[in-house]
Amino acid sequence: MTASPLLRLIARRVLVALGTLWLVSLAVFATSLLIEGDVAEAILGQSATPQALAGLRAAMHLDQPAWARYLVWLGGMMRGDPGHSLITGTPVAALIGARLGNSLALAGITALISVPVALTLGIVAAVKRGTMFDRAIGLVTIAVVSVPEFLIATLAVMLFAVTLHWAPALSSMRDVESPLALARMYALPVFSLACVVIAQMLRMTRAAVIDVLDSSYAEAARLKGVSPARLVLRHALPNAIGPIANAVALSLSTLLGGVIVVEIIFNYPGVARLMVDAVATRDIPLVLGVAMIFSASYLLLVTTADVVAILSNPRLGHR
Amino acid sequence: MSISLAPRRPRRFAISCIVGAVLVLFWIGVAAIGPLFAPHDVGAVVDLDVFSPASRAFPLGTDYLGRDMLSRVLSAARYTVAIAFVATTLAAGAGVLLGLAAAAGGWLDLLLSRVFDTIIAIPSLMLGLVVIASLGASIPVLIGTLALIYTPGAFRTARALALNVNALDFVTVARARGERLPYIVVREILPNVCGPLLADFGLRFVFVVLLLSGLSFLGLGVQPPYADLGALVRENIAGLGFGAWAVLFPALAIASLTIGVNLVIDALPKRGRA
Repeated sequence: MTASPLLRLIARRVLVALGTLWLVSLAVFATSLLIEGDVAEAILGQSATPQALAGLRAAMHLDQPAWARYLVWLGGMMRGDPGHSLITGTPVAALIGARLGNSLALAGITALISVPVALTLGIVAAVKRGTMFDRAIGLVTIAVVSVPEFLIATLAVMLFAVTLHWAPALSSMRDVESPLALARMYALPVFSLACVVIAQMLRMTRAAVIDVLDSSYAEAARLKGVSPARLVLRHALPNAIGPIANAVALSLSTLLGGVIVVEIIFNYPGVARLMVDAVATRDIPLVLGVAMIFSASYLLLVTTADVVAILSNPRLGHR
Repeated sequence: MSISLAPRRPRRFAISCIVGAVLVLFWIGVAAIGPLFAPHDVGAVVDLDVFSPASRAFPLGTDYLGRDMLSRVLSAARYTVAIAFVATTLAAGAGVLLGLAAAAGGWLDLLLSRVFDTIIAIPSLMLGLVVIASLGASIPVLIGTLALIYTPGAFRTARALALNVNALDFVTVARARGERLPYIVVREILPNVCGPLLADFGLRFVFVVLLLSGLSFLGLGVQPPYADLGALVRENIAGLGFGAWAVLFPALAIASLTIGVNLVIDALPKRGRA
């Protein structure tokens, strides 16, 4: 069977991503062995008898060798069952499932706002390079990317919640009755996340477009008298799609770290908060489950960007 | 390699570069000798009033326990700058060494690339959270974790740079002359990738400072009674509602340090697109 070279390239990317995900599962599981400490002792307390400890360890399969537990866990993950929480005994899938929607909503809304804003401003800044507009954008974005996420979030709380009373400082899902209340609840977390994502995406988009505008074919088009609009839309942008897709994916991947901080600050009931609590209580199956979700999301973003770059490059189709 | 036809604009960058350099030198100075000038012991409660504003006795006010903020910021700046610098140096050193080795190709390249891709695929704050929570938050663990998380990036940069330069004519000439590999790496390749590597070092230093602050904010940084700048923000966060100096100063300190480094990097010669 002769598949098109494009399809083969894309299939290769997907395979590499899946391979990396498997390596991540190994790495994450190995790291969790460090955390193990002694869960049984943590649950039963220091006064527990050795018999009770041994019994609990056996019940939790902690007495089996690490590789055996890894295989059991990996098999479970493949079937979509990452095991049971050590602390509450509920299935990890149920715990994560209850929270995943909230985190996806937070990340999704942020992405929907950030991507158009960042791409538009980034392209305009690149085209108007060196003007006051470009320099102002440059200064603001460099300040935002230089500041930790928790700082932007706390400053936003101080300004919009404490001083102006526009939005609540904490997110609680209970007292949401109207769409307005919902918007107010999401306002601050989304604002904090979007600031960082937009600044980063904007800088990378600007750099990518400038790269293309500096190329010799753009110079040739300019010399031939092409209008600035046509130069950007017909000559520059189609060639910048790959790098821009890359910029979007990498910036959105910072969301994965950002949600951890933002969910903590706003007490938002998402998976990242679940993870931080799970690390504190040494609830390893839960930690592993969330870690795999986050890494899989990262790989999904990066692989999608790679595929977009492949599809946007017509040269790769004619080998 | 294509020659850029765009006009250079050196003057405009010069000012921001000087501002950045001054900020960076200031914080290096504070980290090096600042604690010598601390008026009080870092952990000593010296004021009955908490979150007091700046006064003659306490130039930066006091914190949530009534400790002298100036002494705490001076000490925290040393922790943040030193931890981030050592971690970045380790990451850059390991990354560049392995990157140059991998640029030669072969199974080593394949192995290292796969391993580092795996580390990159785990969100850094999450990886830091898990590793530090399991090993305990001590300074060596912090440095090691930060270095581990940022080695893959340094590796990728160094490898890509070395591959680019490797394809250039003067390296071919050196190889044709019969020079040995160490000579080619040290005398031909390294001098040509120094600028971009330096910029990469600065960029990674900023990332490390931000991640360290984030970890500290989650309570996994330098442990009390000592604190790094992120931990200072965390412990005084209660004062945020009324704009306490104790929370603003460490925040400003982090921002001015990282913005300073970024301004300097922006003025350095770029490698393609960053």
